[in-house]
This record gives sequence, C-alpha cells and structure tokens, in this order.
Amino acid sequence: MTDRASLIRIADLTADDVQRILATADRFASVMDRDIKKVPTLRGRTVVNLFLEPSTRTSTSFELAAKRLSADVVSIKGQGTSMEKGETLKDTILTLEAYEPDVFVIRHPQVGACAVAERYTDAAVVNAGDGTGEHPTQALLDVFTVQQEVGPLDGMHVAIVGDVLHSRVARSGIQAFRMMGARVSVVSPPTLVPRHLADALGVEVTADIRDIADADIVYVLRMQLERMGAGGFVPSLEEYARMYQVNHARLRPGQRVMHAGPVNRGVEISGGVVDDPDSLIEAQAANGLVVRMAVLYDVLTEAAGDTGTGAGGAVLEAA
Amino acid sequence: MGKVLIDSDQCRRTVARIAHEIVEHHPDTSAVALVGLHTRGVPLAERLRALIEEFSGEPPAIGSVDIALYRDDVGVGGGRRGVVPVVGETILDFDIASHAVVLVDDVLYTGRTIRAAIDAVFDYGRPPKVELAVLVDRGHRELPIRPDYVGRNLPTNRGERVAVHLAEIDGRDEVLLEGGS
Repeated sequence: MTDRASLIRIADLTADDVQRILATADRFASVMDRDIKKVPTLRGRTVVNLFLEPSTRTSTSFELAAKRLSADVVSIKGQGTSMEKGETLKDTILTLEAYEPDVFVIRHPQVGACAVAERYTDAAVVNAGDGTGEHPTQALLDVFTVQQEVGPLDGMHVAIVGDVLHSRVARSGIQAFRMMGARVSVVSPPTLVPRHLADALGVEVTADIRDIADADIVYVLRMQLERMGAGGFVPSLEEYARMYQVNHARLRPGQRVMHAGPVNRGVEISGGVVDDPDSLIEAQAANGLVVRMAVLYDVLTEAAGDTGTGAGGAVLEAA
Repeated sequence: MGKVLIDSDQCRRTVARIAHEIVEHHPDTSAVALVGLHTRGVPLAERLRALIEEFSGEPPAIGSVDIALYRDDVGVGGGRRGVVPVVGETILDFDIASHAVVLVDDVLYTGRTIRAAIDAVFDYGRPPKVELAVLVDRGHRELPIRPDYVGRNLPTNRGERVAVHLAEIDGRDEVLLEGGS
C-alpha cells in the first residue's frame, strides 16, 4: 500500500496538513469536555504501540488517544520483550503483523527505525521518537500549544535553547515552527549544535544566552545526559547551568517558555520558571492527548462517500 | 446544471410548513431543541427556529452535530493524506434530558447519517424523544429510519444526485436533480 499516510518526519506534512490535524485536535478537545469522553471512530482498528525506549507521557498519551477513539490497543514496552533476547526490529514487526495492525506507533533508540519498520508492514507508522532523529507528534502539539495559548506562529520568533545535537524535539520542532511561518534561532554551546545546522534548517545559531531577548517563545531543551556517553560536550552541568540556564533573571516579562519534559530542574531551566503559571509547559503536557488523537484519526481515516446526503450518497454509489 | 425540483419560493413555503407542523406536535416549543446536521442542516435549523419563534412566541433551543466521528464507512485500509473527513463542531449546550430533539438535515437518503447523529446525541445525554425533519426525502433507505417532518418526497434513482443549495451557504435556495439516466 503506497498511499498510506505514515507520519515519520515533519517533512511528510505540508502546512495545510498541520492545520487540518490541529483543527481536528481542537474538536477532540471539546469531546474531552463531555461526560462520555469516547467516540466510536476507530472501532475495529488495531493500534500497536511499540516503545523500545523509556517514555511516560508519549506512550500513555498514545495509548489513551487510541482508546478514546475506540481502537483496540496493544502496548509493548522495551523491558520484557523478545528484543531484549536479541530479536531485530524487523522480526518484531513481522511477528506483530500477525495481528493485522492498522498502525504501529514506534519509539526506538535508533535514528531511522520507523522508516525501516515501514518496509516490513502494510500498516501506517507513526514515529513517537527515533533516537536523535525526529519526534513529529511533539512538534505538532508544540505548534498547537502556541496557537491555542499565544496566537498564530506566523511572524513570531522562537528561540531554542540548549542541547540541539541530541534533540529530536528540536529537529522536528525547528521544521514545524518554520513551516508555520515563525523565525527560529538556536542558542547553544557550540559543542551541542550539529554541524551545518544553520544551512540545513535555516536557523540563526548563536552561543550567547542574551540572544533570547528578542524571542516571543523560549523553547528549552533537556540536557540529554543519557545520550552524552563519555561526556566532553560541556565542562560540567554546573557550568552549563551558569551559562545557559533559562531563569527569570534572563527572561523579560511576556516571554513564554516551553519544554517538552521531562525537565532537569536547576540544570537547563530553573524550578521557578517551570512552576510559573505563564509558562506553557503544563499546556504542552495537557495537549498531547488530543493532538495524538488527531494524528491517529488523520492516519487512519479516509473520506469514503458521504453517508446520507443526496450528493455525497450518490458519489458513494458511483464508487 | 440539473433540473430544478424546488425553487426558492417553494423552498421558503416548505420550510414554513415544517415549522408549523413542529409547533402543532409540540405545544410547548421551549421544550424542543432543533439540532442541525453539518453542513446544510445547520442553517435549516436556524430558519426553523426563527419561524417557530414567530408562530408560537417561544423559541426552541438550538444545536448542531457533526457526525464525522460516528460514521460507519471511514478508515478502510488507512487514509491518504489530505482526504480525511473534516471534523466539524458539535454544539449541544442545552439540557438534553429535558428537550425533545428534532434532528434537521437537508436530504434523507440511506439513513446512515441519521443513525450516526442519534449516536452522537446520546453520547451527550438522554433526550426524552428524538424526531427527524428533512427538506427532501429521496428514498433508498438502508436502515429502519423514517422522518417525522418531510418537506418533499422525491423518488430518485440511485445514480442521481440531489443537490440542495441554501442561501446561507450557496447564495440561493434551490433543490436540483443531477446526473443519472
């Protein structure tokens, strides 16, 4: 099936696709306000969540999103799977194919894992984070959060601060923010910026934290200690915090702060900023569910004929 | 261009007649809620509300329902990006338990849209009664659903299209029969 609508990288989408998905997310937000928070849309569909790297908010929000849409959900976590016994991703996918899933939601420690998985299944594949590659649903919920809480991204300035090198959140986020018309700049120690970033993604890169002054949104990246290996990227976390921590002394009133979580309080961001009611961090976490519902809806549904109106019904008959 | 089945003058009189019939069935129109189905049921429900208020003095409650999430024919084999059904807004902000719900749509055909709309309404609450008002009943039901208020019965072939145009959306009122043999 070549026309399936997998979501593996932000470049799979156009700005129109993003707006359509986020408009759907907005509708799901109103479903979440009522007593019965479930709709029958994906009844009979099977969603397999394959999470081969630790995750709390992404895995739970995908699981609940599928359940709220009435899909059947199988969730597989890294520990206790056959992959620990040496099974390859390919064999795992082929085994799970027996359940005839309609969508695989995959988190994997290696870049490109979702693209590999897509070769061995007819199901749609949704990337829930592939190593330091991409995290497209995070970028979508970030765009949704800004549009809901602040306003249209067109013409805004988003400053991304911190460890861009190891950050899939940054890689997807930079593309999504720019696609929606924002100017994106990166503030980071040179050791934590990928080479050619400025050319590849069209962002300004500086090493001076004072350059966030002009930004409407300050997006703080987590220091990914688990990906830094033997180290050498920064002299010490204390040194990093002194140079780059986003705290109230470095922000001006009106700047809105984002962070995809989990946060290292006192390292890349101060506790005071995390708890500031003006920060968007809580809204980001809350929006994960409806945006992931909208992504599953977008990947799995297709317009058949209209069910009952004169015009659409006739189209259905003709098909 | 198809054949004009109902022109704008006939459309106005037909909607007025439906409004009279609803008032006749429901002496207390404040206990009625008109719920339009997206897209063209929504302005029809608005028109009926204005007429009912004029005839009885009591405006009924109003709402709208989008059935995209309740359809029985989506998602077969995964979507092609860009052709997914758009999800419209469902607004039912009256007390469902105390209002007789009158679903309002432009064309009644297979009945599947109405089935979906009933499901959607029941996820918001339990109305004492549900009725159905349509501008055109073109036949070919696939479910045991029958309208309570019908503007016009129009026997059609399955291959034909009944196109309802409303001033609020299309610039003018008319019902056309298109295609077929």
